[in-house]
Amino acid sequence: MKFAIAVFCAAHAPSSRRALLFARAALAGGHEIVRLFFYQDGVYSASNSVVVPQDEQDIARQWREFVSAHQLDSVVCIAAALRRGVLNEEEAMRYQRSAVNLDAPWELSGLGQLHDAAQAADRLICFGGP
Amino acid sequence: MSKSLLVISRQAPWSGPGAREALDIVLAGGAFDLPIGLPFLDDGVFQLAPHQDAKAVQQKDLGANLQALGLFGIDEVFACHHSLAERGLTTPASAQPLDSAAISQLIDRYDQVITL
Repeated sequence: MKFAIAVFCAAHAPSSRRALLFARAALAGGHEIVRLFFYQDGVYSASNSVVVPQDEQDIARQWREFVSAHQLDSVVCIAAALRRGVLNEEEAMRYQRSAVNLDAPWELSGLGQLHDAAQAADRLICFGGP
Repeated sequence: MSKSLLVISRQAPWSGPGAREALDIVLAGGAFDLPIGLPFLDDGVFQLAPHQDAKAVQQKDLGANLQALGLFGIDEVFACHHSLAERGLTTPASAQPLDSAAISQLIDRYDQVITL
């Protein structure tokens, strides 16, 4: 089955960890992930400036490693990311900000990518939200 | 044929960017001519309340985005009757009121659902 996965919560929220576990299980079960889409506070799950205590799980890092290892199509919504200060080098330069906290494997793009993924997938699975 | 998407909007307009961001998904879908439904549920019905003064809370008005729904071909707009009644709101002209059973049917009818 083809899955599109949307994440609406930060890396420290339980739903972000659940999304990651689901994504791993989907691939392990022989399914396809057409795209991961990070929206609202989900953009924090893609931030590379998250630091966690040594005895806690670093979910943001696990996301990064998982996406890189499987070369998944992973999009962070650009409008949601800018609003929350999650910037790649290009955007930091454009808005003259000193911090860059998003790089490969993430791509910044628009909401059209969420719709495109939902159309291509058999199932859209969402994690987080109110 | 395109898959249909139901975006259930559950957040009050002034509680953060959530309501606006839910609406942005709907408008983006409308721009791609996708079949989108938009039910307002729980505190989300506050988005439909009349005579809101965004400036008084130093916010941007969400009303313009709501009015744009028609222009983007979004005409499946609903409001949970129970949520409206709980909050002392009357049924707005811009949304069709639904009871709980009808909302269940609506969720069944759409291919995909996002709740924000």
